[in-house]
Amino acid sequence: MANLSVNFAGVTFKNPIVPASGAFGFGREYEELYPLSTLGGISTKGTTLEPRNGNPAPRIAETPSGMLNSVGLQNPGIDSFLEHEVPYLATKDTRIIANIAGSTIEDCVETARRIEGSAVDMIELNISCPNVKEGGVAFGVNCNSAQTITEAVRNVTTKPLMVKLSPNVTSITDIAKAVEAGGADAVSLINTLLGMKIDINTRRPILRNNVGGLSGPAVFPVAVRMVWQVANSVSIPVCGMGGVSTWKDAVEMMLAGASLVQIGAALFDTPFAPMKIIDGLNQYLDDNKIENINDIIGKVQPW
Amino acid sequence: MKYTQGNYRIVKKENLAKNCYDFTIACPEIAEIAQAGQFAHVKINGFSLRRPISICEVDKENGTIRIVFEIRGEGTKALADCNENTLIDIIAPLGNGFTLLDSSKKAIVIGGGIGVPPMVEVAKHYRKNATAIIGFRSANAVILNEDFDSLGANVMLCTDDGTMGQKGYVTTALATRLEQETADIIYACGPHLMLKGIIELANKYNIRCEVSLEERMGCGVGACLVCACKTVKDGKEYFAHVCKDGPVFDSKEVIL
Ligand SMILES: Cc1cc2nc3c(=O)[nH]c(=O)nc-3n(C[C@H](O)[C@H](O)[C@H](O)COP(=O)(O)OP(=O)(O)OC[C@H]3O[C@@H](n4cnc5c(N)ncnc54)[C@H](O)[C@@H]3O)c2cc1C
Ligand SMILES: Cc1cc2nc3c(=O)[nH]c(=O)nc-3n(C[C@H](O)[C@H](O)[C@H](O)COP(=O)(O)O)c2cc1C
Ligand code: FES
Repeated sequence: MANLSVNFAGVTFKNPIVPASGAFGFGREYEELYPLSTLGGISTKGTTLEPRNGNPAPRIAETPSGMLNSVGLQNPGIDSFLEHEVPYLATKDTRIIANIAGSTIEDCVETARRIEGSAVDMIELNISCPNVKEGGVAFGVNCNSAQTITEAVRNVTTKPLMVKLSPNVTSITDIAKAVEAGGADAVSLINTLLGMKIDINTRRPILRNNVGGLSGPAVFPVAVRMVWQVANSVSIPVCGMGGVSTWKDAVEMMLAGASLVQIGAALFDTPFAPMKIIDGLNQYLDDNKIENINDIIGKVQPW
Repeated sequence: MKYTQGNYRIVKKENLAKNCYDFTIACPEIAEIAQAGQFAHVKINGFSLRRPISICEVDKENGTIRIVFEIRGEGTKALADCNENTLIDIIAPLGNGFTLLDSSKKAIVIGGGIGVPPMVEVAKHYRKNATAIIGFRSANAVILNEDFDSLGANVMLCTDDGTMGQKGYVTTALATRLEQETADIIYACGPHLMLKGIIELANKYNIRCEVSLEERMGCGVGACLVCACKTVKDGKEYFAHVCKDGPVFDSKEVIL
């Protein structure tokens, strides 16, 4: 068996497969099916300073090869996360990536500050949620604000800091460079693409929020392109996601330049997706006589 | 919560009414633990989201569960095309089922339309102590009435247009039933308007009541938080999740 372990921004992951924030809760529900220790890490549900209720339902709509969601960052708040979820996850022998968000820079800073000293392995600062009115994507679509918020959070945490980017921008490489300049240790991409679905009989959008974030296989080629572009324009590592559902997708994502791969919507259809992808990666490496998974990262040979 | 995911064989397929199908699925480990009111999350080839369908009946001895569903859109249409002996991918049993009291208690189970199936397993628990009030638009949509009959339940069948059973809504039948005799518990599943009427009557007569709710789902297991529904807990409004906190809720907790 090949070596699947990767060092990502100074943190060692036993394998590069990580369930994406929002699709996996805090891990408890999926532990009914497989031990969390088999995963490289877990990116936990986006957490804010105060608890949030999120948007009204319906919060999900099916689309060709994908889905739209408008959860709107429902979460129990950072204190509850630190008290109830982190100690539990800390016993699971997997890496904990705390995904955080906020309406203001101050909120994000305070949230990150409270994580200091906990068992969290890495912070993933979400500046790209399309489903909340304030904050969220507002920080992620402008280079100045993306850099400013990254710097502010950087100043209060010693944890490795990964910033999660939005695909809903003109130039994702400019945003990636801005957060690198702001002191980010890594970037993750992509968050969902803003989309809409209308019921032609009622003439109403399916989502109560009218619009929502598109994810699933439909966004995969966009995600691969963006990961490739970003990996070639920054020197910090890239965590890739968006429509990864099979081991082949994971290989593609890694060839494009991702050293960690997150799995979101695929879990709904196939809860065992992370396990299947880890097995498939092993097989692919063995079949190709590659001993170390790091040897495929960024190894696409563009024309 | 303990659930499994797997490919299970459809051992029996029946067409109960126009656009309404009944599958018996061999899945011993699910049948072993499934309870009335829980649901299965069914994967349909070609669709990205699974479809939640209530467990209609559980046969622990034969290791099977039964699901009854109506063609509502593309997904359920494709599901209806599955035949006996094909394997279907389900995650089950999911959610919290109905609270079953001692079977000597008097229970009223109420289903409206495609809300009727989950009531069969409840009625099976109370048998002759159950009153099943089931309502449909018209005679050609009536399903499962014989199942309740054969369980020994007292069946009150209603149709909106009076083409079968008594004419009118299940709420009218419930009001009549409660004037004659009280009950220890009421269980209901169906459209919101129907549930509202039932909850009002349950409150008026001060009878414990549980209702099963629906919401669009992603994961089905409580992780993605898409299936939110408004509820009250300790006097405070909060978003619960139909898949994990429900689908069955105490009527005192729901906001319809
Ligand atoms: C807990 C629970 C138990 C259910 N039990 C039954 C049952 O026993 N029998 C039965 O016939 N139906 C039941 N339903 C409703 C059933 O899930 C929907 O009718 C079905 O998902 C519609 O799918 P579709 O592809 O035909 O429709 P489409 O409209 O094409 O579906 C598109 C999307 O919307 C979702 N959706 C559409 N309508 C509903 C709905 N009413 N509830 C939830 N999601 C919906 C689908 O799951 C899918 O993701 C239940 C729903 C829930 C939540
Ligand atoms: C239901 C749902 C909830 C999500 N919630 C969050 C969140 O809280 N924070 C975040 O950074 N991303 C969130 N996302 C985005 C995912 O983490 C991921 O970036 C996106 O879905 C693309 O990956 P996928 O195609 O594999 O789903 C959410 C996605 C879904 C589907
Ligand atoms: S469907 Fe995912 S939490 Fe209910």
